[in-house]
Amino acid sequence: MSSAITLKEAVKWPDLLASGHRLCAGCAEPIIARLVLKASRGAIIATTATGCLEVATTIFPYSAWRIPWIHTAFENAAATASGIEAAWKAMRRKGRGPLAKYETLDIVAFAGDGGTYDIGLQALSGALERGHDFTYVLVDNEAYMNTGIQRSGGTPYCAWTTTSPAGTVIPGKREWKKPIDEIVIAHEIPYVATVSPAYPLDLMRKARAAFEVEGPAFIHAISPCCRGWRFPPNRTIEVARIAVETCFFPLYECRVEDGRPIYKLSPPSLAIAKKPERKKPVEEYLRIQGRFRHLFRPERREDLIERIQRWVDRRWEILLEKAGL
Amino acid sequence: MSEQRLLGLNGDEAAAYAIKQVNPDVVAAYPITPQTIIVERFSEYVADGLVDTEFIAVESEHSAMSCCIGAAAAGARAFTATAANGLALMWEMLYIAASLRLPIVMAVVNRALSAPINIHNDHSDSMGARDSGWIQIYCENSQEVYDACIEAWRIGEHLEVQLPVMVCLDGFTLSHTMENVLTLSDETVREFIGERPYIKVRGHLGEAEFRLDPEKPLTMGPLDLYDFYFEHKMHQIEAMEKALRVIPEIDEEYAEVSGRSYRLLHPYMMEDAEVALIGLGSTMGTVRHVVDRLRKRGVKAGMVKMRIFRPFPAEELLELLRGVEVVGVLDKAMSFGAPGGPLYEELKTVFYDADEKPIIVNYIYGLGGRDTPPHLIEEAFKGLLEVKRRGEAVEPLNYLGVRW
Repeated sequence: MSSAITLKEAVKWPDLLASGHRLCAGCAEPIIARLVLKASRGAIIATTATGCLEVATTIFPYSAWRIPWIHTAFENAAATASGIEAAWKAMRRKGRGPLAKYETLDIVAFAGDGGTYDIGLQALSGALERGHDFTYVLVDNEAYMNTGIQRSGGTPYCAWTTTSPAGTVIPGKREWKKPIDEIVIAHEIPYVATVSPAYPLDLMRKARAAFEVEGPAFIHAISPCCRGWRFPPNRTIEVARIAVETCFFPLYECRVEDGRPIYKLSPPSLAIAKKPERKKPVEEYLRIQGRFRHLFRPERREDLIERIQRWVDRRWEILLEKAGL
Repeated sequence: MSEQRLLGLNGDEAAAYAIKQVNPDVVAAYPITPQTIIVERFSEYVADGLVDTEFIAVESEHSAMSCCIGAAAAGARAFTATAANGLALMWEMLYIAASLRLPIVMAVVNRALSAPINIHNDHSDSMGARDSGWIQIYCENSQEVYDACIEAWRIGEHLEVQLPVMVCLDGFTLSHTMENVLTLSDETVREFIGERPYIKVRGHLGEAEFRLDPEKPLTMGPLDLYDFYFEHKMHQIEAMEKALRVIPEIDEEYAEVSGRSYRLLHPYMMEDAEVALIGLGSTMGTVRHVVDRLRKRGVKAGMVKMRIFRPFPAEELLELLRGVEVVGVLDKAMSFGAPGGPLYEELKTVFYDADEKPIIVNYIYGLGGRDTPPHLIEEAFKGLLEVKRRGEAVEPLNYLGVRW
């Protein structure tokens, strides 16, 4: 069972994404990918949407992937995974073909926020509706980082990006972050979870749970990007932790049981729910990132900070209600 | 030759029936007129347990091709079918399927591209995809559709080819018209296509079959920059060249079991032809009829039906058309702003360096499903005879059957 994973054990398991790739120092993506892959049960095939994780791990003739891996395009990670899963199922049914021998096969699709919230939403929705047995990992660094920090549907309100610059009139992105988890949960798939690389054990346990359920599973990982979020590369894990501690990015899982979504807060967020005084103000999260710098300098934008705090509070309250807390 | 059963099938049904017999691992498709009968029939085969295929009713053609790519990369046989705008939506993935060297088979039920929206036949869809790296087979009738949907697997999967194959059939004219089709037994088809072979490649962890294999992992579709991309394109170029040789070989094998042989192109009455029309698809049936009619009147008319457009059988055409005085090229698609239609431009290129060559003129016809009855084909031949009489083409680019 998933809860059996311990850090002591996990460190002994092989890293299926090798070191030596060309992702930036301080990038959270390889941390997340390695932890997810550690939780696989054995035979595994991965696909990755176009993005940093793809380009920086596979510059021909090199590859950091120790597992079978394919990249096809940007908007179709879920569709490519659907095809792999269908191939496996058909071969199992026929009892012949190279994948026929695998009783279990973990099929995982990695995609960024652009490939999920925006251009890949249709393929994702289709694959979830059809119920393919695969795990979709959204590695959310909240902008199109691979092309140079352009805003996406996953970029938070007020964040500076190169296409939502903080100008003298407009203070960064004008829209709120799309509630992707709710959109996915509305598909009534068996398992959805949010994870942060600051909590590796929680991340691995959830990845294992995702692999174990039959049908689609969705893992939403917050993936701090030092280049795009503007923080020093040694603070990645700290940023990923404060995102949880401020409830900007709460950790929870949602399973559908008897047709009902059952929300369960994960330990770091549950502790805050039990002792609300532990919830840090969102300002602590905003202040350490250069992409929100214009909220503090040249003058403090109390109105905007307050608005973001209200958004965090409201979403947190809704989540607590859903979790029956 | 094996025993055959005569069935009444329209072009779409002929494709679906052939694919039923092939029993591929994965079929992923999205409905679009006039392809729908293919997916409907195939869904029935799935529902009745006549195939083991995993049928994925995808949410778009882009995902249809993406699913086929994922499946084929995982070692499966994958099929899809589409038309017009569906093919256009797949455009990005067509190149990826071909460049990843995945022998997917796709029926393209040729239909005019929007706008304005039009459901009828022309070749603007598949001609738009002619540079994507897919082998293209054009069919004249349901029988050819059936046969091509079987041969395509062997062609695409050939170890020296490893390319996806489009089987093109004219929307409505073929897709919805019932014809007699001689069909092989399921066993004969399965024996003919056999199991999918895989090429061996040198992966970063050692030699492996080219597929996603948990035991021998490969990285497929990596970032490939200026230091290797060009060489990979050379492989594709070479594979297309090899396909020109492989297609007739497979065809010969197919003739042994079916008695039907198609080769790269079909000449008709070309031995002594002075004027000839060349074209693709169902229209060539009409052209054959007109050639017969003209021959009765003593006109030395002939025709060449192109079966394979990609790879382009240049040598065969040089040989076949060199002595003809005037050749008219029928194009059911137009490249806007170009000197002529796609087949015309290819043919002109092929003959540019030839010592002996025909005068070549272009006829754009049938756009948006505009009917092309025998009298229009006669009009084209009349034009060719006029060029022959003058010894030069006054107007190389002509349009048939349009009010203009």
